[in-house]
Amino acid sequence: MDYLKEFLSLAVLGVLVENFVLVKFYGICPFLGVSKKTNTALGMGMAVTFVMVLASILTWIVQKYVLIPLNVEYLQTLSFILLIAALVQFVEMFVAKTVPSLYNALGIYLPLITTNCAVLGVTLINVQRQYTLFQTISFSFWSAIGFTLSIVLFAGVREKLETSNIPKYLKGFPIALITAGLMAMAFLGFQGLNF
Amino acid sequence: MNSNTSLKAFKNGLTTENPTFVQLLGMCPTLAVTTSLINAIGMGLSATFVLIFSNLVISLVRKCIPSKIRIASYIVIIAAFVSIIEMLLKAYLPSISNALGLFIPLITVNCIILARAESFASKNKPIPSAFDGLGMGLGFTLGLSVLGTIREILGAGTILGISIFGSGFQPALMLILPPGAFLCLGIILAVYNMIKDKKGATK
Repeated sequence: MDYLKEFLSLAVLGVLVENFVLVKFYGICPFLGVSKKTNTALGMGMAVTFVMVLASILTWIVQKYVLIPLNVEYLQTLSFILLIAALVQFVEMFVAKTVPSLYNALGIYLPLITTNCAVLGVTLINVQRQYTLFQTISFSFWSAIGFTLSIVLFAGVREKLETSNIPKYLKGFPIALITAGLMAMAFLGFQGLNF
Repeated sequence: MNSNTSLKAFKNGLTTENPTFVQLLGMCPTLAVTTSLINAIGMGLSATFVLIFSNLVISLVRKCIPSKIRIASYIVIIAAFVSIIEMLLKAYLPSISNALGLFIPLITVNCIILARAESFASKNKPIPSAFDGLGMGLGFTLGLSVLGTIREILGAGTILGISIFGSGFQPALMLILPPGAFLCLGIILAVYNMIKDKKGATK
């Protein structure tokens, strides 16, 4: 029962209150870069979810059983990013060999994920807040869902923007940023939720 | 010849290829830490430090790295310098270190740095590469400072923590909250496009 309660409260935290893109500003590059179409946005979101959960589990293990016993916590950034880079490479090869259809859908997004700060960000937050393994998995899963939610919603709005009449100088990135600003305002309303 | 390319590389980052306004790289820290000018400068200079040294070192070892594992090697070199700046800030400027928080370790995955390593340092000599890093870093700092200044003046009514409007001013709090970052940068980019367009028309 406790686990379920924890899982759900981390869901509200990860998806709404601390939405990675619109409140915390992690992963803005893919948010702006791959949000022209809802399909690609969804693909990117799924790839990020997959890598984020795996990376969180691995970094949690490394932190607990390697870095802390050896007293070298200052190597966190270095070891985590190496782990993420290796993991992404490995996942790419593994998925290509075993599930080609999934690879075709996610393949092109995987290399981009290494430099997605949401992934490194979530692993560092998990360590900073001293989450247990269960909390780590739930928090990274829900944060990734929050990321997916915002990127898919944003892509939906951008598809409509394509055909609307926008002032000349606002075309492209400026209007995209202003749209994101309005979405962020909506998410600001969730700040009051506290569990 | 050598000093000429260095100077060109330096200028490039500040103006024609400005990472914030032209290339739109490194957006996460740009939006997140520009709630005040001092944070913006702190972030900009930390990134500049990492850019200069990572470009220099990558350029020095560019011939020994097999091209298949170059990205991973670049990331390790960058992460090493990020760890150095992280520890330095914690030791000497704890207030900035607290304000920037996670975004210091996240310099590692800042696209500007990897982009410069890949597109400049891996192809050029060490000295021009270092200058390219300096130019890009200062261009990034400039972009952050513009955003930081506007957001701090309008959102808090202060500049570098000093109140400039007196007590009658009601700051627009929205600008230092997350939505303000998106709105402000969007409007700055629109103005930038307009100026560029007008300039092109008069030429």
